Amino acid sequence: MSTERASVRRALRARGLLVGVLLLPALLAGCRQDMQDQPKYDADQASSFFPDGRANRPLVPGTVVHGSFHENTAYYEGKENGQPVAVPPVKLTPQLLARGQERFDIYCSPCHDRTGSGNGMIVQRGLRRPPSFHIQRLREAPAGYYFDVITNGFGIMLNYRAQVPVDDRWAIIAYIRALQLSQNATIGDVPADQRAALDQGAAGH
Amino acid sequence: MQVFHRSTNVLSRFTIFGGLFVVAGLVYGLYLVNSSPYVTQQGVAKEQPIQFSHKHHAGELGIDCRYCHTTVEKLAYAGMPATKTCMNCHSQIWTNSEFLEPVRRSWRTDESIEWTKVYDLPQYVYFNHSIHVNKGVGCETCHGRVDLMNVLWQKPTMQMQWCLDCHRQPEKYLRPRQFIFSMDYQPPSDQLDLGRKLKEEYDVHTRVTCSACHR
Ligand code: HEC
Ligand code: HEC
Ligand code: HEC
Ligand code: HEC
Ligand code: HEC
Ligand code: HEC
Repeated sequence: MSTERASVRRALRARGLLVGVLLLPALLAGCRQDMQDQPKYDADQASSFFPDGRANRPLVPGTVVHGSFHENTAYYEGKENGQPVAVPPVKLTPQLLARGQERFDIYCSPCHDRTGSGNGMIVQRGLRRPPSFHIQRLREAPAGYYFDVITNGFGIMLNYRAQVPVDDRWAIIAYIRALQLSQNATIGDVPADQRAALDQGAAGH
Repeated sequence: MQVFHRSTNVLSRFTIFGGLFVVAGLVYGLYLVNSSPYVTQQGVAKEQPIQFSHKHHAGELGIDCRYCHTTVEKLAYAGMPATKTCMNCHSQIWTNSEFLEPVRRSWRTDESIEWTKVYDLPQYVYFNHSIHVNKGVGCETCHGRVDLMNVLWQKPTMQMQWCLDCHRQPEKYLRPRQFIFSMDYQPPSDQLDLGRKLKEEYDVHTRVTCSACHR
């Protein structure tokens, strides 16, 4: 009798074990959070530790970032002896212009449009129209002036310091110069051997 | 002495045999649950604190992804727009919109806007945007037609299988670099040929070693 009871009990225990084994994955599924959410911060994560709720920490006041002092004010501020530089202090290459075009289309064209005439999509949706880059005043403005507008903003236009790094600012400015030339070009600017192609292109439109 | 009648032998055989099916069924069930949208969050639209619409901004207004996600080409992290980025336009337009009050409040008080994450890998996985974007994988391949979404949702399952499907054979998905940010790019019918060519040109490798993603 007692052995029979024991075997029944054993059988029941075995079954309990089986159920336990079957449920184990479900229990394990609850454990994965440890590795999922590790005690570390990702960029822009919220934090309950810092009073401002951000994991990103601001610089301590008075910090001077290593490598942030530049003697080359022409390149980093667009100014020489306090005066805006006339031309971009960088080597003009096709790559630079291509980069400038790409960055201009991303960061400036929503308002200034792709030709720089000032009728971008956001202007069509109600933003006050910025002046065209092709007016006399802006064509004559030195390159350093554009650098200042991008870096510090102008009137109702906020700055693009955070979105556009220094090297891209010069690329954009070089491209604006190219746009200004293109919008005020005459047939005299086209090499004689390519004028025929231009006429054909115009006829095609 | 018999506790159980002989006839229960059939029953017990049935239980043992059937048990296998039950176990198999449970395993399969767990697999289904694990790959269901309930667990993966695939296709689930996420409520946001502000009714920001990618369809409006990226689609209709045509603003480039990089205007807001500035670090996507350079860093692992794509970058979320600062409140200032919104204010570039919204300090001037739609200034009375109540939908934009949280943006203006954040600008006034310098408190962060807390967006709800849509794409969220476990922290034991390393992901890097810049390498994908620079080696010919478009935003749309992983994030879908963002330019048509009013509220964002997650396109892939985000499970390991999904990453590996591409890592084993990236030529199935590669596109020319000038189309990385375009949303309506259609792969050509000879995608595999193009893919192989681009794989060569951009020096793309198959990456399936565990330490590529679990480092
Ligand atoms: C969100 C719209 C917007 C974007 C994007 C934008 N601007 Fe402007 N910009 C304006 C407006 C509006 C003005 C006119 C400001 C005023 O007169 O108060 C302006 C004016 C200017 C001026 C003329 C300043 C003058 O002397 O009249 C320059 C130069 C300029 N922007 C350059 C740029 C460059 C370069 C970029 C890209 C890096 C850019 N802007 C991006 C809206 C924008
Ligand atoms: C005007 C700024 C802006 C532009 C342009 C923009 N985004 Fe966004 N993006 C945001 C904001 C704000 C969020 C957070 C709110 C949300 O998820 O809708 C976001 C979130 C995302 C997310 C989800 C991030 C996460 O995991 O929570 C993805 C993916 C994304 N954007 C992709 C894109 C792509 C691709 C483009 C270009 C087609 C683009 N975005 C253009 C502002 C922008
Ligand atoms: C380059 C300009 C630009 C930027 C940057 C921008 N927006 Fe907009 N936004 C617009 C325009 C233009 C509209 C109106 C769309 C229309 O006319 O259909 C708009 C509309 C909106 C609306 C709808 C307002 C309403 O009452 O219907 C919200 C909400 C909004 N934006 C949020 C944001 C947020 C959040 C950001 C920053 C992540 C942002 N926007 C960045 C230009 C911009
Ligand atoms: C190979 C697939 C892939 C491609 C291509 C891709 N993303 Fe992502 N994206 C992801 C994954 C995965 C995450 C989640 C990352 C995490 O949680 O760590 C993500 C997250 C994001 C986020 C949230 C911020 C972050 O970095 O966590 C934004 C914004 C975003 N992507 C925008 C973009 C844009 C814009 C592009 C195109 C330039 C792009 N992504 C291309 C897979 C991709
Ligand atoms: C559509 C294709 C595609 C998808 C989906 C994809 N990747 Fe990639 N991934 C690539 C390509 C292409 C490379 C570049 C490989 C090379 O040439 O080194 C890459 C490279 C990487 C690298 C860098 C490897 C190294 O050794 O430097 C990491 C990390 C990575 N991917 C993680 C992920 C993760 C995590 C996911 C899923 C969340 C994912 N990828 C999804 C295509 C993809
Ligand atoms: C291309 C990137 C990539 C590679 C390579 C990779 N993994 Fe993963 N792995 C992931 C991602 C993404 C997840 C998260 C899946 C999820 O959240 O569901 C993951 C999750 C896991 C998990 C947790 C269980 C799960 O599936 O959720 C294990 C275990 C794992 N990986 C092991 C490995 C091993 C072992 C290798 C090498 C043979 C490997 N991984 C290679 C991307 C990768």
